[in-house]
Amino acid sequence: MLTLLIAIPLIAGGLCLFVKAEAARWIALVATLINLALGAYLWAAFDPNGAQWQFVENLPLAGNISWALGIDGIALVLIMLSVFLMPICIGASWRSIDKRVPEYMAAFLLMEALMLGVFAAQDLFLFYVFFEGGLIPMYLIIGIWGGAERIKASYKFFLYTLFGSVLMLIAMIYMVTQAKTTSIPVLMAHDFPVDAQKWLWLAFFASFAVKMPMWPVHTWLPDAHVQAPTAGSVILAGVLLKMGGYGFIRFSLPMFPEGSAYFVPLVFVLSGIAVVYTSLVALVQTDMKKLIAYSSVAHMAFVTFGLFAFNQQGIEGAMMVMLGHGLVSGALFLCVGVVYDRMHTREIAKYGGLANNMPGYALLFMVFTMASVGLPGTSNFVGEFLSLVGTYKVSSWAAIVATTGIILGAAYMLLLYWRIAFGVARTPEAAQMTDLSAREWWLLAPIVVGVFWMGIYPESFIRPFRADVARLVERIDRAAPAGDLNFKPGKPQLQAEHHAAEAAH
Amino acid sequence: MFGGLITADLFGSFGKAIIFLASAVAIIAAHGWFERDTEHSAEYSVLILFSALGGAVMVSATSLVTLYVGLELQSLSAYVLASYRRSDDRSAEAGLKYFVLGALASGILLYGISLLYGFTGTMNFNGIAAAFAREGSTSLGLLFGLVFVLAGVAFKISAVPFHMWTPDVYEGAPTPVTAFFASAPKVAAVLLGTRICLDALEPAIEAWRQIVIFAALASIFLGAVAAYGQTNIKRLLAYSSINNVGFALVGLAAGGQQGASSVLFYMAVYVVMTLGAFLCVLWMRDENGEPVEEIAALSGLSQTRPAYAAALAMFMFSLAGIPPLFGFWPKLLVFQAAVNSGLVALAVAAIVGTVIGAYYYLRIIKVMYMDEAAAPFGRVSQPVQGALIFLAALIVSPLGYLLIGPLNKLTDLAASSIF
Repeated sequence: MLTLLIAIPLIAGGLCLFVKAEAARWIALVATLINLALGAYLWAAFDPNGAQWQFVENLPLAGNISWALGIDGIALVLIMLSVFLMPICIGASWRSIDKRVPEYMAAFLLMEALMLGVFAAQDLFLFYVFFEGGLIPMYLIIGIWGGAERIKASYKFFLYTLFGSVLMLIAMIYMVTQAKTTSIPVLMAHDFPVDAQKWLWLAFFASFAVKMPMWPVHTWLPDAHVQAPTAGSVILAGVLLKMGGYGFIRFSLPMFPEGSAYFVPLVFVLSGIAVVYTSLVALVQTDMKKLIAYSSVAHMAFVTFGLFAFNQQGIEGAMMVMLGHGLVSGALFLCVGVVYDRMHTREIAKYGGLANNMPGYALLFMVFTMASVGLPGTSNFVGEFLSLVGTYKVSSWAAIVATTGIILGAAYMLLLYWRIAFGVARTPEAAQMTDLSAREWWLLAPIVVGVFWMGIYPESFIRPFRADVARLVERIDRAAPAGDLNFKPGKPQLQAEHHAAEAAH
Repeated sequence: MFGGLITADLFGSFGKAIIFLASAVAIIAAHGWFERDTEHSAEYSVLILFSALGGAVMVSATSLVTLYVGLELQSLSAYVLASYRRSDDRSAEAGLKYFVLGALASGILLYGISLLYGFTGTMNFNGIAAAFAREGSTSLGLLFGLVFVLAGVAFKISAVPFHMWTPDVYEGAPTPVTAFFASAPKVAAVLLGTRICLDALEPAIEAWRQIVIFAALASIFLGAVAAYGQTNIKRLLAYSSINNVGFALVGLAAGGQQGASSVLFYMAVYVVMTLGAFLCVLWMRDENGEPVEEIAALSGLSQTRPAYAAALAMFMFSLAGIPPLFGFWPKLLVFQAAVNSGLVALAVAAIVGTVIGAYYYLRIIKVMYMDEAAAPFGRVSQPVQGALIFLAALIVSPLGYLLIGPLNKLTDLAASSIF
């Protein structure tokens, strides 16, 4: 089943190389839709109360790598996110990509196969192969179909993330040497010596922090986002960044609980800086994509806050932020793509007053802006609220710093929306732009549905991974850092005696 | 055999299989490259065969004498091959440089051999191992002999600091010959080094390990950094081969059966990647069929010749060791061997080197895929070479992972035969 999920885009990608542009578009669309249907089936067939790992496949390949696939609830929802965003990405590039279409579609489908592989892999080295392999198609997508500075951005993306991951590879080799297995589920229950855990945690952190990205290793992200074509940005923000968070949940926390606990202060400080600093940077951006890219870094900090809170709310919240951010930032990039296709500029100052001539666009953009701000009733509210609650239990200061991020987030997103949609058009071209086409409605409407569904009834998304998060919390509980707000139950009796004594006087 | 001069074990056979296959490819590669009749005469094949024979002796030598004989047979043919294109100044220069420096290296090696012989009284690897075990690595004479022998071998595998000849010779020699240099003699020398270190010098592992670690790291970093400014693809591939030898040496430094096995695996895959890359270089011709070697000539190749560009891109990603291509796996194995022997710091340093090295491989991809198309290459109609490129590309593709099982079994068996 999972093999099929990975094989379909791979085969379709191969096919794309041998056909003309129009056929390649259709092949890509059909393949991603089939994958979406398969993903929906997985979601329906997944039993939240069943075994931890479902749809397990294991085919030993020889040496110490095996084609071992299997998903738990955490992987399931991330797979759903990927297969949901893919057809939208293909649709978004339908007309805006007009050169070398077959190769573009092939690169995208290869990307999808590798992303799904990352979430489904149950073998350490298989995971690494998928994790690293994703660099190649993304490098090509940014480098070939990107904007003016694409070469620099693609190098930066590739080398930055490669540098992060190679240290993880050494850590993996060390783990395999110690534990004598490459199976991720077994390793998740293996206790490494505490000293080794710290080093291993750092090596994995190097990789996931770059991928996530966390401050100060986030600098590749704005460049990559700005230069990538719209669909590339969507998939980058929507899914690739989630690999970092997924890595923390799958590897860092369960495999090195003590190591993770030891570095909680580091993570919190970095995340705190990220929230405040990148939000402030986002405030002064003049390029729409860059603004959203910086907002991604800030949002991802909520994920790290939640994950390293070591409690159920925090980790569930982190998962929800990842899902919500995947939808919302993807949608925001699509919104930028819509106007970029019309005016070929991302300068905020060139737009204005779009609410007048593009009411439909303004409406949808409003929805996504509000979702990004974390308005109750939208997807991001649930996640941010939960992860803040989780963080508050561990460190009230961290929670206070994180909350400023929500305020600043509201500031830059509303500023962006105001400058683009309200007022009068600053350039004549902006005033003449036409409203959303039917294709663009089809791309954005499903995301709107997703955003509200997640905001109003998050249970359908939380249910699959609740048990898995509970298992994770149980596993890491022994190392959980003591919170600074330990409300001790009061002693009413003493108090009462005291009062009684007072009264007696 | 021959009174303990040579042995026919699986280790040697494995090396011979690679050497002979690589030589066959080098002979096939010459077709259509040299001008027929005037240049491409029988001597070419004869010299390649001699050199391959020398390599075969090297990988099965169990005595310092056979080692030297094999090495000289291999090298002398190689000197002539380097200057095979007599009319070309660069080719002659390459041959001369190779010969002068090679002769110096042979001298160093011979001096080392004489020291080892003088202090142990035997030429046989087993005897030398016994002498080292007896005296430990305390004897200065033995240590000097060891250092000189390793220096001679390092020259042959073009490990830093004995690499200086490589870029010049690779650039100047005719491309089919360069393809040969980068594959067969290199495999022979690396395997020879492996056998000496793990057989004859096994008891002195602490002594040679530092040298090998230094050579490995220096090769990796120098190979990665020096390739940065190259504009000639053959020079770039020369630095790439220096870089790759560094990784094989990481496996050797790990020592033990796992280390030897990882070296064998590494060399087998390396030969496929490098031959594939050189065959692609062989096809770089302008409209008149004259060979071009500038990297800039590859601009926009993906638009004019998509399949060709895809194959070269695969070799580049594979040489860089980026998964899911097969070149990743041998790197993983050598790192695994290193970590297993407790050389974690070495593994970390080496893997950081791969990131630096990735930059210049990416540059080739960038030129081919992201730049505007340059003048298209002239067509080369060599179906056999085309099939070879296809085969090599197939092996380095993720499908190559299916080979891990059999190849692993083979390298393990081969490695166990020298212990």
